[in-house]
Amino acid sequence: MKLLTHNLLSSHVRGVGPRGFPLRIQATEVRVSPVDFNPDFVTRMIPKMEWTALVEAAESLGHLSELPRELAEGYEKDEEFLRKVHHVLLEVEVVEGTLQCPESGRLFPISRGIPNMLLSDEEAAS
Amino acid sequence: MACGGRRPEHRGPPELFYNEDEARKYTHNSRMIEIQTQMSERAVELLSLPEDQPCFLLDVGCGSGLSGDFISEQGHYWVGIDISSAMLDVAVDREVEGDLLKGDMGQGIPFRPGSFDGCISISAVQWLCNADQRMHNPAKRLHRFFSSLYSALARGARAVLQLYPENAEQLELITTQAMKAGFTGGMVVDFPNSTKAKKFFLCLFVGPSGVLPTGLGTECGDEQERKESKFSKERLRYKTAKGKSLKKSRDWILEKKERRRRQGKEVRADTRYTGRKRRPHF
Repeated sequence: MKLLTHNLLSSHVRGVGPRGFPLRIQATEVRVSPVDFNPDFVTRMIPKMEWTALVEAAESLGHLSELPRELAEGYEKDEEFLRKVHHVLLEVEVVEGTLQCPESGRLFPISRGIPNMLLSDEEAAS
Repeated sequence: MACGGRRPEHRGPPELFYNEDEARKYTHNSRMIEIQTQMSERAVELLSLPEDQPCFLLDVGCGSGLSGDFISEQGHYWVGIDISSAMLDVAVDREVEGDLLKGDMGQGIPFRPGSFDGCISISAVQWLCNADQRMHNPAKRLHRFFSSLYSALARGARAVLQLYPENAEQLELITTQAMKAGFTGGMVVDFPNSTKAKKFFLCLFVGPSGVLPTGLGTECGDEQERKESKFSKERLRYKTAKGKSLKKSRDWILEKKERRRRQGKEVRADTRYTGRKRRPHF
């Protein structure tokens, strides 16, 4: 699971709503894999990111990699900055671990890089 | 996929139907790969994404990642969701570029509002119409799916869902729930006159209604109804109503050779002699 996905993932346990974000990561295995840098894509995705949650997640994995804690203006032209964001969003992957819903405490296991988001019938919204 | 007349949805829930054997079929059967790739191509075409812009897409029922591979080839990024562990395992083994999630679309799409620039789904949504467990209610599950999908899509985004509706009632049920969730749009049917080639694409828009594209194989019908006949020296390449090349024509021969190459068989190279007219004594 890449940090890009994690920053958009939100718990869908019944009754949780927007308080189901961000999911807390507990990682037992993290992998860094190279991905081709695409500045257009990174620039387009930055406005969709919850920056604080991204910094927290990267830090918890030990891969903050000089990412600034606050988003500065005019980042579209700053290639060095875009490369750092690219690295954190697309190259850092959680292979094994768990995600925890901040509101309900429900744990979602991650195995082989795939989070298991299946809910029981009681947990699924009516 | 329809097989032998019986629908797979009647055999049980998707997480059991798509086991290791079925998953293997999806990655080794060249015909299946061909069909899935064609439908993915058509679905992405119907998405009408802005040119030369890398987008972030959702693939519902991504399975072993066949459709996802096509999305990656087009330069886009994607997240796939599927309920079958066996299929997802194959996707991981195939090292697909998209991120994968194990989940049940009938429980909702667990993403923040406006996450995706578009969504495709190949041969998956009809599985929502079956109540596999006592507490399942197809209408509720469809509503949960469509309303969470609507929320997860950005304004102006589209969802193109290829599906195999069992009958008119099912089609009605699906489209009604989609409209209730706030989507506009409708059904695009390719090759409506052919039982085998007919394909349904539910095209949904978030926001003001776009123009619904026409289905393939519908324009050809109009041309044939012209009252005058045109005489020309032009040698026409014929295609049947299914969109397949006429048997034994050069196009057909080239397609067959390509199919066999994909199966890994030894095939002679294509030259200017391939499929040329022989002297009558052949």
